[in-house]
Amino acid sequence: MITLTNLQKTFPARGSGVPVQALADIDLTIGRGEIFGIIGRSGAGKSTLLRTINLLEKPTTGSVTVDGVEMTGLSAAELRQARHSIGMIFQHFNLLSSRTVFDNVALPLELAGVPKAEIRTAVEPLLDLVGLSDKRDRYPAELSGGQKQRVGIARALASKPKVLLSDEATSALDPETTTQILHLLADINRRLGLTIVLITHEIGVIKEICHKVAVMEGGRVIEQGPVFGIFAHPAHPTTRSFVDPVINRGMPDSLKERLSPAPQPGTNPVLRITFTGEKATSPVISAISRDLGLDLNIWHGQVDEIQGAPFGTLVVEALGDEAKVASAVEFLKSNHLGVEVLGHVPANH
Amino acid sequence: MSPQIIDLLIKGLIDTLHMVAVSGAIGTLIGLPLGVLLAVTGRGELLQNLTFNRIIGAVVNMTRSTPFIILVVAIIPFTRLVAGTSIGTSAAIVPLTVAAAPFIARVVENAIREVDRGLIEAAQAMGATPFQIVRKVLLPEAMPAIAMGLTLSAVSLIGYSAMVGAVGGGGLGDLGIRYGYQRFLPEVMLAVVVVLIVLVQLVQSTGDWIARRVNKRNLKV
Repeated sequence: MITLTNLQKTFPARGSGVPVQALADIDLTIGRGEIFGIIGRSGAGKSTLLRTINLLEKPTTGSVTVDGVEMTGLSAAELRQARHSIGMIFQHFNLLSSRTVFDNVALPLELAGVPKAEIRTAVEPLLDLVGLSDKRDRYPAELSGGQKQRVGIARALASKPKVLLSDEATSALDPETTTQILHLLADINRRLGLTIVLITHEIGVIKEICHKVAVMEGGRVIEQGPVFGIFAHPAHPTTRSFVDPVINRGMPDSLKERLSPAPQPGTNPVLRITFTGEKATSPVISAISRDLGLDLNIWHGQVDEIQGAPFGTLVVEALGDEAKVASAVEFLKSNHLGVEVLGHVPANH
Repeated sequence: MSPQIIDLLIKGLIDTLHMVAVSGAIGTLIGLPLGVLLAVTGRGELLQNLTFNRIIGAVVNMTRSTPFIILVVAIIPFTRLVAGTSIGTSAAIVPLTVAAAPFIARVVENAIREVDRGLIEAAQAMGATPFQIVRKVLLPEAMPAIAMGLTLSAVSLIGYSAMVGAVGGGGLGDLGIRYGYQRFLPEVMLAVVVVLIVLVQLVQSTGDWIARRVNKRNLKV
């Protein structure tokens, strides 16, 4: 649906400053109907990246293709036409204070020259969809933050777009409202098959509704893939720093201190077992102790849910000889569980 | 006060209203689009055109930095060309308009620059043309500030209109100078001042009321 190829964006120097490279070597492919999250800290370039998709930000080099249309090659008039099929919502909602809820949602249709009667029949169901039918004649100043963002969403959907760009849409909202808005977005994604690209600095947003995620740092995408995979196996330290607070992959510090990297006489290996998907529910621990005669001392464990699928980690000390441990590792791997040896601890501590 | 003086006061008031209304209206017709152009052609704005912006800006500043009384005299040939005469109420409308238009242009420019840039971005993302952005976003959103600015302009014009008496412009100011000052009739001067105070109050209150009506930003939740 959206393909960004070799995208670069450099802002020219201002005054005596140096040019700022906001985006470097960006290659992203976003599939139809996906909710694609882009996460990064402020200044990582995610906002600039999002704005290149509808060309609010013109890339210095590289190409942007949305639904088969090469955006960078369009004339000004063609670009305006193409933007009708790309909705956008904003952190600060950007509603017109001078217009009622109804008239705000009607704006994109007015801009496209849709006749008044048609506008009415198009706007009412949208207000229904976002649950604001009773507020149609209110002004934005009379609404709460969550309600304003609902208006923003209805407005973005008015021109029946194929893509919805979300610029930190929940960052100005409280946690409860954030959840409601995210559920609304997920619902719209399912019902309308809308492709959603969202940027955020909150990993919770990614965890809650995204199918795929790209992690940005210093204008580059440092890691991308399905959300489940990134959460289960974050490769880059930055990604880990995002994921760790919500998915506790770590272990108690007291244990960490005693770990030594190499096996020594009188030490037991410490394993981290990662349970993903339906495997998270199969009783492998009891199978290991029963069938392999290897006792496992559980140090630390956590079960979480990502995208509705369970995800768990378990840190265990294996109380047995090397051969038994090796066969236990084999057994776990054959059950498609992740296993890694974290280190070794002295036995009988 | 003699009935004669009261007649003069009424005529003076009508002349003042006539001058302020006509110069204000024409000044707005010229100043509003000029202000929009100044706002949207600035650096980093919707239709950045720095050459145009600087030229218009310089012309506006030139007019605004000339003291009004000098402007009135300086453009007498132009006034004669437009009004056919350089004396009287109709003639006075010419310099008043020349002073009002750039004033209003700056007022409108400032009002439009105050509009949240996020709204412009949102409209652009919706595929709005620059003209649509001006008409559907910038002007409606700037309307409370424009209403306040136009009120300010009207009050300034009432003040300026007193000066055109110097070139035979008529109106309340002229009455005050000729009868109150030159003929030593302090009660006329007092009456003129009172009428002007009441007039300015009325204009200001009406302007405030309109600005409140068009402002939807501070509604009670």
